[in-house]
Amino acid sequence: MSTAPAVVADGLTKRYGARTVVDDVSFRIEPGETFALLGPNGAGKSTTVEMLEGFRTPTSGAASVLGVDPRHADRAWRSRIGVVLQSTGHADALTVREILTHFARVFPAARDVDETIAAVGLAEHTKRRVAKLSGGQQRRVDVALGIIGRPEVLFLDEPTTGFDPQARRAFWQLIRDVAADGTTILLTTHYLDEAEQLADRAGIIAGGRLLAIDRTDRIGGAEARTPIVRWSDASGHHEVRTHEPASVVRQLRSEPTDLEIVRPSLEDVYLSLIGDASDDQPEEAAA
Amino acid sequence: MTAITPLARAVAPVRPGLRPGHTLRCAADRVRIELLQYFRRSDALVFTFLFPVLLFAIFASAFGSLPAMLELDGQRVTQAQYYLPAMLAAGVFLSGVQNLGIEIAVERNDGTLQRLAATPLPVLSYFLGKLGQLLVTSLAQAALLLAVAVGVFGIELPTEPERWLALAWVFFGALVCFAVLGVAVAQIPRTVSSASAVVIPLALILQFISGIYLAFPMLPEWLQTIANLFPLAWVGHGMRFALLPEIAHHLEVGEAWNLQGVATALGIWAVVGTVVAALTFRWIKRG
Repeated sequence: MSTAPAVVADGLTKRYGARTVVDDVSFRIEPGETFALLGPNGAGKSTTVEMLEGFRTPTSGAASVLGVDPRHADRAWRSRIGVVLQSTGHADALTVREILTHFARVFPAARDVDETIAAVGLAEHTKRRVAKLSGGQQRRVDVALGIIGRPEVLFLDEPTTGFDPQARRAFWQLIRDVAADGTTILLTTHYLDEAEQLADRAGIIAGGRLLAIDRTDRIGGAEARTPIVRWSDASGHHEVRTHEPASVVRQLRSEPTDLEIVRPSLEDVYLSLIGDASDDQPEEAAA
Repeated sequence: MTAITPLARAVAPVRPGLRPGHTLRCAADRVRIELLQYFRRSDALVFTFLFPVLLFAIFASAFGSLPAMLELDGQRVTQAQYYLPAMLAAGVFLSGVQNLGIEIAVERNDGTLQRLAATPLPVLSYFLGKLGQLLVTSLAQAALLLAVAVGVFGIELPTEPERWLALAWVFFGALVCFAVLGVAVAQIPRTVSSASAVVIPLALILQFISGIYLAFPMLPEWLQTIANLFPLAWVGHGMRFALLPEIAHHLEVGEAWNLQGVATALGIWAVVGTVVAALTFRWIKRG
């Protein structure tokens, strides 16, 4: 097993005319790692992923997936990559098994069709036409098509948008199984809990720029995780960041009307980063 | 929520490459998939597959009581007889240019092609799948049309082998020609919803000026000249040679058959269509 990164984005930039949609984004994903690109809608997540999938050409910067520049993707490379696009046409007239059987024949080392259908929880719908499935079930067909070829690198672009909470939990387990197989996964999402649940590391992207990148429990740096003490009293609302919240509370001279001590979660860190960036962010191109 | 079966661990770290014959094996499976979808889509079935048969039945019934178009030396060309070759030509034209054109335009704009592009499916296999679909459906359509003409309307088919030979080469020439033109036309519509709106009027105009719905000699000379720049009028001419009694050449422009013209027009358009299709075809829309 080589130790070269599975995915490298090196200064990836995409401009449409004067608009910069992705601005100098760099990251590496190690083999077997699950990496999340986290950001609000229109942050440039999909454009970044599409450059790595070979569907868009970067204006500048370089990409490498399994050691290959995606612009020069050939069929051998495609057979090692799995792609779940944000929106896909559905072969509505085909049944779940028919479309998966077809895709399995296109890949050289495909997974077993029925096993894959069972893995995405569609075993009872094998013979149903895709058009007759619910939106969430159709999304699971997309995921099944993405993993049927036993990919070494799997791109998942907002895979759970529109899922109910139960379906999302089931989906997470599926992705953990795929990851446990040794598959390298790049996931885009605007759900923080999804990134926290699935990813080893995450990059936060907004306005086309990568604002932070780290392990999901450390992102934003140690400073961003410093506990916050908030309280109100006669003189108004107060907020103090401190590593010794107990002593701050002990030193209060009057009874606060409300009091909380919080250790900022990924969500707090994320919101503060996104908030800082939202002042001057360009708009995302229509995908 | 259906139960999710954990994925079996991947046991094959050694990945087989793409085997020789990949393109043809994929093409064979594409034909299977295309046919499954075709015969399950009611719109394609009614407006492409059955349309020429229905139209022929209407024409033959409506004009059945009119006097023959031509009677000479004991031979006659009836109205119904005259429409049969036109409807055969229309069948291949609709299946090729109109149906393939709309189908591919929709698949390109709804993300179906992008999903295929993310797999090791060769472009050639995709096209061979479309060609296979066209071949099977057009042959079935022609057989049905001839069966209705003979069985219901008592039309006599030619007995000379040279007429059937002509029918065969005009039919297959038209098939290849209209297939590549369908691929080329599919590049024009920019959205799913505009696919039919763009393709159908173009197809309809060409059918009207090419002697499909109106007898070709009825058209003014300048319109005939324009129509003869396109392949459809020539296909109609070739089909009339194959299926009408010899005296029918009196109904043609110049009162003579011009098979060389048919072959030349089909040859040129097949080459032009192939070049345009090859140069303009894209798996995905560039953003």
